[in-house]
Amino acid sequence: MADDAKKMIIDYVKKEYLDEDSDQEIDENTKLISNGIVDSFSMVSLKTFLEKKFQIKIPDEKATPKAFDSVNNILALLKEFVKE
Amino acid sequence: MSNIGSYDEQYKNFDWKFSADELEFGLNGMYNIGYYCSDRICEKGLGSKIALYWQGFTGETKEYTYDDIRVHSNTIAKFLSDQGIGEGDRVCIFMDKIPELYISFIGILKLGAIAQPLFSAFGEEALFTRLDDAKTKAIMTTRKHLGKVRRIKQRLPELKKIVVVDAENKPLEGCEVALAMEKMPRVDKFTINKVGPEVPSVMHYTSGTTGKPKGALHVHSSIIAQYITARWVLDLRTEDVYWCTADPGWVTGTSYGIIGAWSTGVTQCVMDIGFNTDKWYAFIEKYKVTVWYSAPTAIRLLMKEGVEAVKKHDLSSLRHLVSVGEPLNAEAVIWSEKAYGLPFHDSYWQTETGAIVISNFPGMKIKPGSMGKAVPGIVAIVVDPRTYEPIKTPGTVGLIALKPGWPSMMRTYWNNKETYDGKFKNGWYICGDRSSIDSEGYFWFVGRDDDVINTAGHLVGPFEIESALLEHKAVAESAAVGKPDPINMEVVKAFVALKPGFEANADLELDIMNFIRKKLSPLAMPQTIEFVASLPKTRSGKIMRRLLRAKERGEEIGDISTLEND
Repeated sequence: MADDAKKMIIDYVKKEYLDEDSDQEIDENTKLISNGIVDSFSMVSLKTFLEKKFQIKIPDEKATPKAFDSVNNILALLKEFVKE
Repeated sequence: MSNIGSYDEQYKNFDWKFSADELEFGLNGMYNIGYYCSDRICEKGLGSKIALYWQGFTGETKEYTYDDIRVHSNTIAKFLSDQGIGEGDRVCIFMDKIPELYISFIGILKLGAIAQPLFSAFGEEALFTRLDDAKTKAIMTTRKHLGKVRRIKQRLPELKKIVVVDAENKPLEGCEVALAMEKMPRVDKFTINKVGPEVPSVMHYTSGTTGKPKGALHVHSSIIAQYITARWVLDLRTEDVYWCTADPGWVTGTSYGIIGAWSTGVTQCVMDIGFNTDKWYAFIEKYKVTVWYSAPTAIRLLMKEGVEAVKKHDLSSLRHLVSVGEPLNAEAVIWSEKAYGLPFHDSYWQTETGAIVISNFPGMKIKPGSMGKAVPGIVAIVVDPRTYEPIKTPGTVGLIALKPGWPSMMRTYWNNKETYDGKFKNGWYICGDRSSIDSEGYFWFVGRDDDVINTAGHLVGPFEIESALLEHKAVAESAAVGKPDPINMEVVKAFVALKPGFEANADLELDIMNFIRKKLSPLAMPQTIEFVASLPKTRSGKIMRRLLRAKERGEEIGDISTLEND
């Protein structure tokens, strides 16, 4: 799951949260929230995307800026809810 | 001992002349805010004092003395002048919280042009609306946001210059020009436009229930109010290290993130990152911040992380905490005293008021959950919503009203005098918020009097959101209301009726959310969308947001006699 999921999330972040002219690089360790790439409001759309893609429900108390601050952090969060 | 000393004595005896005299406002005919925030501080012998410590999201740091601010702002003012920008022209600043944003603001003011900072997360449509209304002549931006500007440029014939402050090797087109603030020859002497007290200085766009966002226009004499409230509410002293977390795209970030800060000669710190508990505390520890001005949403996020997160850092430098943007709940005041040894002091004001008007003051008893008392020089009451007559009975809810004429009161809404005139009733400026006043003069916030949504301290207009929703191919009808949220106070919830042929599902919900986020802003993005068959409307076809909002809040629906029957 991990490699496919990683690529899907990175591609989604690039498509939805970066301007089409942006030269910002994103990898699994890029700080998404604390670098302002995904602000705390936009986090909700990212959460909705993940829930839809993985057919899960992430409780609000788990959907923190820290949990969403990198693709690696997101993958760690998904492990709690996605049945392999 | 706080700067204000005795609140009661100051309120009783106050005259705005006190602040103007302390600032020496108008000395030798000089009224320009830009002068008071840089040159004057240098003339006081503080030129080599650090005015700004800046830290970016990569950890990069920069520092600027007051003389650097003076010279760099001169450089920018001269650059803009050479580009054909003159007195009264609107110059938008559309950047993340980088040093060029803060210094460009001063430079624009020194020229006598009107600074129009805009939140850098605005999407193209939100940006277009505000630039079009203001007939903005120039925009200062960065490579990151240049794409948005380019895509709307054709629709803005009044926009003559696009100034890119980090162009480096990026090819520029058309009216785009590069400005490299640190690399350009320094302009040590620049003839600052002395302006006059009533000359326009800053314009901030703010949302209302109906219509497009409105440009609240402020003048140079607004500094009289911003300066004294920075000294008395924020308690700023020259030796303080101050951190205002607000983005200068919003009024807090200019009134107190630039003007109030630098006119008092403090050292201020700015960190250009999103919310991150550990990094925020590390920042306070690193720079030994003494006064911290932040927002209830951030405070509630910090509360979620708990006292354990605080203990990992040495925050003993903090001596005074103030909050702004939305009412600070009692729980947050009590928690902050436990976590930091200091309570957050709630302050209340608006884009239109230009400066704090009601507040808790250092040294004054705080009633957790209360907005505090009227600022000296401000006459604040509550009035009956039907007659606009003053309410004299303590505890009775009414509309917050201010006696017009304080120095930072907006002078108009740009291009919208009718709406501006509508803000004044029976001789009072009506804020649009409801409150009661207790027997000791403390204000207690109840809610907005209109449909405007307050999300994380930012006002978002439902009309703008609904108009954007209607541009989505699937949407037939829409309504946007505030849904209560434990962290943000409210978040946007949209009710959407779909066109035939479209199916309500999670894919479409996500598509609409992203559509609004990119068109308007992340703040305006509905956090949830409820698909409905139709929206409640009056017989005249007006959507009754009030019903939808009441349902979200679990409140009584009230009078539905005008509701259209199914």
